[in-house]
Amino acid sequence: MSDTIMKAAALDSEQPANQEQESVLSVNGVKKHYHVKAGMFKPDATVKALDGVSFSLAKGKTLAVVGESGCGKSTLARVLTMIETPTAGELCFDGKDILSLGKDAAKALRQKIQIIFQNPYGSLNPRKKVGTILEEPLVINSDMSKAERKQKALAMLAKVGLRPEHYDRYPHMFSGGQRQRIAIARGLMLDPKVVVADEPVSALDVSVQAQVLNLMMDLQEEMGLSYIFISHDLSVVEHIADEVMVMYLGKAVEYASCEELFANPKHPYTQALLSSTPRLDPAHRREKIKLEGELPSPLNPPQGCAFHARCRYANDRCHKEQPALVRETNAQVACFAREEGRIA
Amino acid sequence: MSLLEVNNLTVEFGDGDNPFRAVDQVGYSVEKGEIVGIVGESGSGKSVSSLSIMGLIEYPGKVKADTLKFEGQDLLAMSENKRRAITGAEIAMIFQEPMSSLNPCYTVEYQISEALKIHQSGDKKWRRQRVIELLDQVGIPDPESRLKTYPHQLSGGMSQRVMIAMAIACDPKLLIADEPTTALDVTIQAQIVDLLLDLQKQKNMGLVLITHDLALVAEAAHRVIVMYAGQVVETGPAEQIFSKPKHPYTQALLRSLPESSLGKDRLDALPGVVPGAFDRPIGCLLNPRCPYATERCQKEQPTMQGEGVRQVRCFTPLDEAGRPSA
Amino acid sequence: MSEQTTSPATTGPQVQTPLQEFWGYFSQNTGAVIGLVFIICILIVAIFASVIAPHSPIEQYRDALLLPPAWLDGGNSAYLLGTDDVGRDILSRLIHGAQLSLFIGVLVVTLSLGLGVILGLTAGFFRGAVETVIMRAVDIMLAMPSLLLAIAIVAILGPSIFNAAMAIAIVSLPHYVRLTRASTIAELNKDYVISSRVAGASSLRLMFITILPNCTAPLIVQATLGFSNAILDMAALGFLGLGAQPPTPEWGSMLADALQFVQRAWWVVTFPGLVILLTVLAFNLMGDGLRDALDPKLKQ
Repeated sequence: MSDTIMKAAALDSEQPANQEQESVLSVNGVKKHYHVKAGMFKPDATVKALDGVSFSLAKGKTLAVVGESGCGKSTLARVLTMIETPTAGELCFDGKDILSLGKDAAKALRQKIQIIFQNPYGSLNPRKKVGTILEEPLVINSDMSKAERKQKALAMLAKVGLRPEHYDRYPHMFSGGQRQRIAIARGLMLDPKVVVADEPVSALDVSVQAQVLNLMMDLQEEMGLSYIFISHDLSVVEHIADEVMVMYLGKAVEYASCEELFANPKHPYTQALLSSTPRLDPAHRREKIKLEGELPSPLNPPQGCAFHARCRYANDRCHKEQPALVRETNAQVACFAREEGRIA
Repeated sequence: MSLLEVNNLTVEFGDGDNPFRAVDQVGYSVEKGEIVGIVGESGSGKSVSSLSIMGLIEYPGKVKADTLKFEGQDLLAMSENKRRAITGAEIAMIFQEPMSSLNPCYTVEYQISEALKIHQSGDKKWRRQRVIELLDQVGIPDPESRLKTYPHQLSGGMSQRVMIAMAIACDPKLLIADEPTTALDVTIQAQIVDLLLDLQKQKNMGLVLITHDLALVAEAAHRVIVMYAGQVVETGPAEQIFSKPKHPYTQALLRSLPESSLGKDRLDALPGVVPGAFDRPIGCLLNPRCPYATERCQKEQPTMQGEGVRQVRCFTPLDEAGRPSA
Repeated sequence: MSEQTTSPATTGPQVQTPLQEFWGYFSQNTGAVIGLVFIICILIVAIFASVIAPHSPIEQYRDALLLPPAWLDGGNSAYLLGTDDVGRDILSRLIHGAQLSLFIGVLVVTLSLGLGVILGLTAGFFRGAVETVIMRAVDIMLAMPSLLLAIAIVAILGPSIFNAAMAIAIVSLPHYVRLTRASTIAELNKDYVISSRVAGASSLRLMFITILPNCTAPLIVQATLGFSNAILDMAALGFLGLGAQPPTPEWGSMLADALQFVQRAWWVVTFPGLVILLTVLAFNLMGDGLRDALDPKLKQ
């Protein structure tokens, strides 16, 4: 733990400005609603995949977004990388609101936010050679010559721990871990500042997972990258993140620094998540909090706090009103029980 | 007498002089009421070995074993019909993908009562009663109203509960769970593990828990089998395996978990990948990745050594401090 | 065997180019290989038709009307497969006909494949109204008997080989459109397409460079089968007098022209029929093999 703090302190001392100024990416009240046809004669239903999410990401830091299926973490990834346009909200990159920019300016900014996907078997075009895959972003976005492109691709291959002869191979000749390295290399070809990693290691084996995580941290240090690290695996998050945002059904329920969140989880859902994660060392195990019931469907969200049906602290107010994120000393938490002082 | 006894089990795929050994001389036993965890990465043969016990290896695969006994009956020697009567009723299995393990064309009731129809007598009314009972046992609320639902109307967690209900329908003595929670969300995963452990205790079943999640096995299993590239590399009581691993692979696997590197900058990653069909090394299968490999490891294959349940496949098993013995 | 495990890609015999892998699967299918060999033979015959053919396909030998094949009584070894009602050598006409039939096959497949791919990609990629318009039009075309539609088109354009080819191409369009659209939709949501999009790829690039190469397997199969369909349809149109015009040697019209002599000179219809049958069979066999070799779902 001390190491991470040291690292954070070192970075802070380089840029003594406050967090708002050094943030590369800040997101304010972003919403993404989908309209779903319910039937020929019924009105369209609205799925609030993302319902008002705000955060700011500092340079060289990692923000982990944690949650279970349907919590909107993948939608967040798609909105951040501009694969989808948000229904409402602000996306500021380097202080510029991306959504209000013209097409060309937005395209230039878009290069600076890249994405790495979960499944390394689906994210590489099976009909293209590794070299072609790596160079594609350059072909589209730059006017580099063929030789320059190749040189850059080879340099990037070396950076992610692959060899020059891999340049002429097809993706199916690689193992999962190597494919994920290629996917990371492709994401970095345009020298992005922010990399959105959508469950980058959950499809990998334990030993390979560690290799890829190390690689991601090395690259972060070397290139000053900021990561949005989307994951459901809390033990991985604990290792890589500086800040953590826990999401439930399209909303952030807790947003805190990594140390604080793991030492002192505040939201009942965060507590349950932490206690549900199996631990190797009996000393690390927490008292099990049994969560009843299923994740609610985003198509038919419960009234009030989305978590109230599974929460042991829920009262009448939780059934009716939706809690908002409230800033506390070390964290932001959206919970009435906490606001009212019913839980410590 | 052990519930399940496996000795020198080998499963080969492909033909010719150089078939691929997905499972290589695997031996272990499961006692009544015991939870055995099998851990390993993909390609370690952990799933194939259990499929071969269920008799589910399809044509190009060949299963060989010195002993493959369930309650003293030799599974390989018996007739196809008799074996089928045992697997399904006495040995049951749960798979990783609950969504694709249920047939989308039939209702939950139909699918559960199918096993009852085959393996047990009793009329339709009895079967319906039994299905309701089973659904209730696996924690599905309001089971009667769920009888006529189709798999697509169920969530992942609910489908896995239905799968478990199917598996325990005939009161099996041994339940093999192949990555039962991998496809599920964290909180649902905890629910399903609880359910499995409860059922195991209630019915005093033997439970084989196959998973890549070491922490899960550490919390649940009594005894652990670690597999690597088709071979068993280490067996032993759970607490011993996780606190004092004797095989370098077990050690490396444990060290590469983020939990073991708390407070460190980087994880202790094991370099390289599990060897596939075409790149199996000579000698000890781990030697190219093993930090302690000696010249002997590059030439000879070690055998399992040790006493009783604590065995390890290594020339220089690690000592208490985690260093190789000379 | 190498002991380098950090990179399985560098070791072992599993490193195959896609072409080698394809041939590995394709050559397992004996029927497909036989089909391929037959097609290559036909191709060679077609290319060297003027050298191989013993006679001119249109020259009429007035002294040798309806001669039976050489091995029958009254046959003449100069006319190996006999002659037709106006004294033209059947073998020579068949050899030259191969040229025409293959040409028509290529023309029809190119036209329908090209147009079908563009329409299907557009429909699958843009979805929405574009898709509805294209797919409903395709549905309407599918609702009509294809030969009838082809006849109607030729009737409008006027009978000639080129117009007949156009008609057949239009008629076989729906299959390509539907196939391309289905595979485009399947590929569209894959992560690699999205990552190209994040890299800034334009719609055209996404459609033709990223997605299309991954849809080729079913299209190649459909194209080979379309080839045989084209030959059959052309024969049918030729039979109806709407295809090749006399004296052009074309298998279908050879069949049609000689119909009235079926009773007394079986050879004038049997040989063209046999050639059509074998060629179509060869293409179908090869199509089967291609499907096995290119469809990843059938691979082990």
